[in-house]
Amino acid sequence: MFEQLSGRMSKVFEGLSRGERLSEGDVTEAMREVRLAMLEADVALPVVRSFVSKVKERAVGGEVLDGVSPGQAVAKIVNDALIEALGGAGAVPLNLSAPAPVPYLLVGLQGAGKTTTAGKLALRLASRERKKVLLASLDVQRPAAQLQLQQIAEQVGGRTNGLVTSLPIEQGQGPVEIARRALDTGRREGFDIVILDTAGRLAIDEALMDEVRQVRDVAKPVETLLVVDAMTGQDAVNTAQSFKDQIGLTGVIMSRMDGDARGGAALSMKAVTGEPIKFTGSGEKMEALEEFHPERVAGRILGL
Amino acid sequence: FVKRQLDDETLEELEDELIAADLGPAVAGRIIEQFREKSFGEHITPEEIRQTLAAEISRVLEPVAQPFELDDSRKPHVVLVVGVNGVGKTTTIGKIAHQYHHQGRSVMMVAGDTFRAAAVEQLQIWGERTGSPVIAGKPRGDAAGLAYDGLKRATEEKADLLLVDTAGRLHNRQALMDELAKIIRVMQKFDPSAPHSVLLVLDATTGQNAIEQVRAFRELVNVSGLVVTKLDGSARGGIVVALAEQFRLPVHLVGVGEQAEDLRPFSAEDYARGLVGDAKAE
Ligand SMILES: Nc1nc2c(ncn2[C@@H]2O[C@H](COP(=O)(O)OP(=O)(O)OP(=O)(O)O)[C@@H](O)[C@H]2O)c(=O)[nH]1
Ligand SMILES: Nc1nc2c(ncn2[C@@H]2O[C@H](COP(=O)(O)OP(=O)(O)OP(=O)(O)O)[C@@H](O)[C@H]2O)c(=O)[nH]1
Ligand SMILES: [K+]
Ligand SMILES: [Mg+2]
Ligand SMILES: [Mg+2]
Repeated sequence: MFEQLSGRMSKVFEGLSRGERLSEGDVTEAMREVRLAMLEADVALPVVRSFVSKVKERAVGGEVLDGVSPGQAVAKIVNDALIEALGGAGAVPLNLSAPAPVPYLLVGLQGAGKTTTAGKLALRLASRERKKVLLASLDVQRPAAQLQLQQIAEQVGGRTNGLVTSLPIEQGQGPVEIARRALDTGRREGFDIVILDTAGRLAIDEALMDEVRQVRDVAKPVETLLVVDAMTGQDAVNTAQSFKDQIGLTGVIMSRMDGDARGGAALSMKAVTGEPIKFTGSGEKMEALEEFHPERVAGRILGL
Repeated sequence: FVKRQLDDETLEELEDELIAADLGPAVAGRIIEQFREKSFGEHITPEEIRQTLAAEISRVLEPVAQPFELDDSRKPHVVLVVGVNGVGKTTTIGKIAHQYHHQGRSVMMVAGDTFRAAAVEQLQIWGERTGSPVIAGKPRGDAAGLAYDGLKRATEEKADLLLVDTAGRLHNRQALMDELAKIIRVMQKFDPSAPHSVLLVLDATTGQNAIEQVRAFRELVNVSGLVVTKLDGSARGGIVVALAEQFRLPVHLVGVGEQAEDLRPFSAEDYARGLVGDAKAE
């Protein structure tokens, strides 16, 4: 499974024989390959640096064993460390343990996939957990954003015996007002979960970041999920840091994993936020949402 | 300014800055290497370092910095707008419509995304904002047939510009890419020369995958130029340098916000300066 990377690294370790120890020099050189693979996969540079130095520590001094080439051995150390850095084994479920209606807040950059993901989460919660879900769009920025979520809710509602609906659209209300109305409606009409979809915003847009903070203070979300495009490049760290610092996050959802991007942003997200990646999106259809599997994503990042 | 010798350490810092701006490790390395050969050992101020490096990058971008121009011999000039999901295709169409409407041109649009929820209504709002008629069909309808109808109507009405929106599609989804080719084939039944431009929209936050996007779209539809959106964010869009080196496709326009006015011609010099803007060269 690690052939490519271990192959590249094996060249570095050529000439070592059984019983010898991996020297710092050799490992450092092998780690150049790892660094390159990760940068090509869009893992952010500071994240690559700290990962590489951690792995180096583990690998230096390792003994060359029978039957395993040093390249393979180090590739395994890299892969294991990467899985661990991505959150280890096992998906982290959504937090449902709060009095109903449980508020969830979706945030992220423009076009990341928030509105689609809101529908996907609703479908999942309704069909697997039999939850009654209210979808509310707080997006008063993008043309027809509220209508988009309404149409998604109709579609998902039709597939779940009406367990999913959207908050009726009222023109002229701001995001904070809509959030209040959504929670009131959620309480009054016995919804289990209220998902608040927000307008896309740049992390450096102070006015919009301030606005979503106000929404957070009103809604007190049990989950604040950052939706991130799997194709995101180096800027992933800035996005993750700003959203974490300014709003606070409980998890990440990576959209567009059905593309062929290597998805290094996943590692950047996890490293910066410290919060679990809960799901990956794998298409435009409402059922295209999967639990996050660190092993698969690790392999993808390393180009294996 | 304190002059500083352009040494290995400084060069490494600059290289890291370029990598952090999404140029990719290979391109960043190559640019720094060229820079080293020219300036190594010189005593220059951080400001001079920044300027010289920007000039180096600007030279790579200069050949692709080509403004988008309407071909007046076409009535209408048909522009097909393509790209992966969520990059800003529909918004860019709204912005282009705004720009030409402002110049007194007649603009029409085709709501060719018949797939995504409220994609039609989104474009219709842009139509209202910019005073441009939007040709739309039934939800889930055939995008190619709609594009044909739109082209026919725009020709009858002697429009200057017809902007055709398409659904976002990942370049690795063959069925969706084939659908795009079909839109073109069907339009060509009406006008064999259409579309006259195919704009591929790229999101500045995208990393190395943009290379695959350009490769795949270019293979299938004759992409004539690129638009880079979301440059108002903290992402610096360095992948464009790699694209310029590899594909030499014109970069026409950049998006710098969500409003109708937030569209600029691509300037090699400004772009290069943006890329080395925060270079920690002190
Ligand atoms: N291929 C693919 N497309 C997706 C996925 N998730 C969302 N999309 C598409 O990405 C585009 C943008 O999705 P939206 O849900 O509108 O994104 P958003 O974050 O709500 O956008 P704004 O509200 O404008 O900030 C749409 O075309 C979606 O169909 C995914 O996992 N895979
Ligand atoms: N900040 C910023 N946001 C932009 C820019 N261009 C587009 N957007 C936003 O990005 C989001 C997606 O834009 P759309 O125009 O819907 O993208 P699209 O490519 O048509 O999306 P799909 O049709 O779903 O594939 C919207 O929220 C836009 O307002 C830009 O230059 N800067
Ligand atoms: K920028
Ligand atoms: Mg949205
Ligand atoms: Mg669109």
